[in-house]
Amino acid sequence: MPNKDTIVDVPTVNKIARLCRLDIPEVNKESLTNDLNNILGFVAQLDEVDTSNVEPLASVTGHKLPLRSDDVNDGNIEDLVLKNAPESSSGFFVVPKVIE
Amino acid sequence: MNDTSTLKPGHIQGETGIWEMVIGLEIHAQISSKSKLFSGASASFGSEANRNVSLVDAAMPGMLPVINEFCVEQAVKTGLALNAKINNVSVFDRKNYFYADLPQGYQISQFTKPIVGEGEIIVDLDDGEQTTIGIERLHLEQDAGKSLHDQHPTKSYIDLNRTGVALMEIVSKPDIRSPQEAGAYVKKIRSILRYIGACDGNMEEGSLRADCNVSIRKSGEEFGTRCEIKNLNSIRFIIQAIQSEAERQVDILEEGGTIDQETRLFDTSTGETRSMRSKEDAHDYRYFPDPDLLPLEFSESWVQDIKEKLPELPDSLKKRLIKDFGITSYDASILVEEKDYVDFYQHAANGRDGKLTANWMITELFGALKKDNLSFLKSPITSENLGELISLISNGTISGKIAKEVFSEMMKSKKSPSEIVKEKGLEQVSDDSEILKLIDQVILKNQDNVNEYLSGKDKLFGFFVGQVMKLSQGKANPGIVNKLLKEKLK
Repeated sequence: MPNKDTIVDVPTVNKIARLCRLDIPEVNKESLTNDLNNILGFVAQLDEVDTSNVEPLASVTGHKLPLRSDDVNDGNIEDLVLKNAPESSSGFFVVPKVIE
Repeated sequence: MNDTSTLKPGHIQGETGIWEMVIGLEIHAQISSKSKLFSGASASFGSEANRNVSLVDAAMPGMLPVINEFCVEQAVKTGLALNAKINNVSVFDRKNYFYADLPQGYQISQFTKPIVGEGEIIVDLDDGEQTTIGIERLHLEQDAGKSLHDQHPTKSYIDLNRTGVALMEIVSKPDIRSPQEAGAYVKKIRSILRYIGACDGNMEEGSLRADCNVSIRKSGEEFGTRCEIKNLNSIRFIIQAIQSEAERQVDILEEGGTIDQETRLFDTSTGETRSMRSKEDAHDYRYFPDPDLLPLEFSESWVQDIKEKLPELPDSLKKRLIKDFGITSYDASILVEEKDYVDFYQHAANGRDGKLTANWMITELFGALKKDNLSFLKSPITSENLGELISLISNGTISGKIAKEVFSEMMKSKKSPSEIVKEKGLEQVSDDSEILKLIDQVILKNQDNVNEYLSGKDKLFGFFVGQVMKLSQGKANPGIVNKLLKEKLK
């Protein structure tokens, strides 16, 4: 079992932050690393239980994935969809250019 | 002199020897559903921007995805048609990345437990040979929206109509060894999808597109590092892109360099591939099971029901056409490419000369449609009329030569061949006495040639046949003309 104190280090936090597009101030990184290690360490206690003969549990309710029939019964609400957009034009969302 | 002409397809002659290509394909096929994979918004193409968007597709907080049963059925159907293992339990995962046309910030896809596992298909190559290509898996996933970058100098315009439309990603094993094989594989997958109605296969509208993984190696060596060419939307581009990418890799390796595993784009104007993403943003999608969706489960009996309803597929149809109509394997593989071709052919050839019908359909009809830039469904010639033309040729009413004249008239006027033959008086003349009259006229007019012929200039025989045919305006039965002329000129 990995030492719970060293699951995550600062470079890992940097990497996750970049992938999530989060700007984390340098001063917070050390404490954030500790927090993440505490959380992961707590969850890692589950590794102590032998689950080799247990089927993975997807639902505690016993429900199955509901299926719907192939009907068009939604859409035509472009005004609503665009309502919160900071910028829109002729029905499109408008964003800063995302191509080099 | 140039030994590249003897190279096998998929082989490249380098400075250090012959290189072999290793290719794997990921095909994205849009499912032909009316609504989206997880929402009730329309999946149709070409609507006003953001019209076909529900609050689920726009990823508004608190919205829950509910899966479309028809889409699940199409994935199972496709799996069965690819002779693949159907997984009665599969799981949806979130594939996390940021892009302006992906409002959720993740794509719902299937990573560790796809709905369909390993299978295989038989692919027909141009030389009439066949090869088997393995299928690694098929999974269900959401399409992304569309970004327009040319509307504004500093802005991108986003349309979410395509966001959440159901896709099947069909992943091949790295079994493909040449660009031509890759093209034939896509053609076969497209054909199967259209037969079973799971996808319309329209590559221009983007309903079917492919990512190609290409690497090279010396024969017998381990696989090399691969590059992925994204989003190719025509078979021609697939073939060009793979060839040019493999040649690029040969140049790098032979100059002592190494291949970076990366995603590349095919530039259709230069015919070359170029790097798409910087290495810094290497794939790290942090997949995890989507907590909004339980595992997808269905019973074996449901799968069996779907299996029983599968239509006859191209491979089996091809065998049947060869057996029932006596046509070549090559002709049969062309006819089974599209369900519409087969239906047309079977109707036209029913009770007639199968080989002759296949020739007329493939050479004349396909050729004429291509020349007039018409799709097959817009053919001015119906299967009834082509069949009737075949009958007129087979029973000797018209000669093959006149048939071509009738055929071009059919393309123009949409009339039936017997109507045209009657109107223009094109019936073949097979009556001995009629033909003898023509022969007599020719002999009378060409007495000099007759004398020369009789004195041993045998070559002139063809001249007489030609003259009689000309006099009959092509309508005389050439076989009978030959026979009677021989008797007459003894």
